[in-house]
Amino acid sequence: MLQPHRPPARSVFGSLVLIAVIVGAAAAAFAYTAGWFSPRRLTPDKMVDAFAPPAGAPLGHRKNHAKGICFTGIFEANGAGSTLSQAQVFTRGQYPALGRFNLATDNPNAPDATVRVRGLGLRISTPDGQQWRTAMIDAPFFAVSTPQAFYDLLLASASKDPNAMKTFAGAHPEIAAFGAWAKSARWTGSYAEERFNSLDSFIFVDNSGADHAVRWSLLPAAQPVSVSPDDLAKRGPDFLEQEITERVRGGPQRWTMVVSVANPGDPTADPSKAWPDDRRTVEVGTLTVQQIEAEVDGPCRDINFDPTVLPSGIRTSDDPFPAARSSAYAKSYDRRTAEAADYPRTTTGAKP
Amino acid sequence: MNGVRTRFTVLQRLLHWLMAVCILAMLFIGVGMVSTVMPKYLTLVSIHKPLGIAILVLALFRLVVRIVYGAPSLPVDLPEPMKLAAHLSHYAFYVLMIGMPLLGWGMLSAAAYPVALFGGVHLPAILPQSDSLHTLFWDAHFYLAFAFFALILLHVAAALFHALIRRDGVFEAMAPVSTHDRVAPAE
Repeated sequence: MLQPHRPPARSVFGSLVLIAVIVGAAAAAFAYTAGWFSPRRLTPDKMVDAFAPPAGAPLGHRKNHAKGICFTGIFEANGAGSTLSQAQVFTRGQYPALGRFNLATDNPNAPDATVRVRGLGLRISTPDGQQWRTAMIDAPFFAVSTPQAFYDLLLASASKDPNAMKTFAGAHPEIAAFGAWAKSARWTGSYAEERFNSLDSFIFVDNSGADHAVRWSLLPAAQPVSVSPDDLAKRGPDFLEQEITERVRGGPQRWTMVVSVANPGDPTADPSKAWPDDRRTVEVGTLTVQQIEAEVDGPCRDINFDPTVLPSGIRTSDDPFPAARSSAYAKSYDRRTAEAADYPRTTTGAKP
Repeated sequence: MNGVRTRFTVLQRLLHWLMAVCILAMLFIGVGMVSTVMPKYLTLVSIHKPLGIAILVLALFRLVVRIVYGAPSLPVDLPEPMKLAAHLSHYAFYVLMIGMPLLGWGMLSAAAYPVALFGGVHLPAILPQSDSLHTLFWDAHFYLAFAFFALILLHVAAALFHALIRRDGVFEAMAPVSTHDRVAPAE
């Protein structure tokens, strides 16, 4: 046994102070790391909150791209992508695909003709147990250069200050190109006629270990037909979902996946800057959509199309958006799954 | 040294201090990563998952070592409530060290996220996809992380109390190096 040597009272007080200081400092460091002393830190909570309409976010739904419909199908790789990436998904073969056509809105009941930006979330699974998830939109480039600018854009567009958007555009001139696209781009009557783009840059790693900065797109096999928004409005609030359901029932719909390879010096960190059209492109395969299912009981409902879920052979680049999207999507996922009772499934036999 | 051991074995002390570093890093990475949308988010998440699994493996091994080697007995003159607190805190530590990684793994499984470790190595799902299980596990993982950190603060305070005020050898039992000069052996 050890014989305790009791210290004098003054030393006890000093020791207690020392213990309090050590414990207090550790707690403060923890709180600092958690951002409790940093009200300006851009957190995923803030980002997701910024999407909410004034009445509050609809419970149980995605906090952005809230309206959507599930699809399942096949991604058939032609093998050409193997020159760019060692991921199994580019080896010639067929791989199951799960996805979601969606509209970039915080309102799951938004009339289809009122939403400018359309999107596609996709998950391709390969036998090696890996997955490639991507969430793409029909715009050819993003609205702003950085996640902070995107957050500021959300605040400005929700602001009651009539000059908020003007001030924002002054600080972020890149928004003008997106505004011009939104005004002039063709509207179509079908998800099947849309081209979807990754916008963000990623790095493909080939078998020799060499890196290739890339972006990718899905090019529709269906011929796009331009329809005015007024005519689209007459087709009913859910015409896109009805149309794609009918269309796929009549036959599978296809998109060609095209990978664009950056030239040295191309802006990889800024998705608001499109690369020149003459960049090398490689057709890597075909997405075939074979079945459409409503989201409420569908297989895409509880899938987070997190663009940083990547197989080995693909990784993120210096583009800051995939990280911001990953953290915000996770927050949206955590919230909506906790709110699932407010978006009840319609069949009791659905997956738990 | 024969008879009653006054210190934990070298293996136990090694495990304690190694895991102390891992767990503190884990908790700071955890609260840091969920508070940012910056690119470091991905870096932190990519450390958090394999480190969590490493802690799980170490904790299971440490539990076996603890069962085999036991622990030095507490000083006889330690008040009963403090003895009870010491014993309960050890149970709580083992529950958290093993439980937290399993909750995290389960939470990812219930959300159908791949559980990625290093270089394309994936762990299988341990739960079916389920929004209710995801919420349950997410909440538990989140709130227990704060409880875990609070328990560590308490543990540090108690260890320092033993080292600086009671000077009863309890701190020395787990000290990384021998601090024999500060503790006089009984005659």
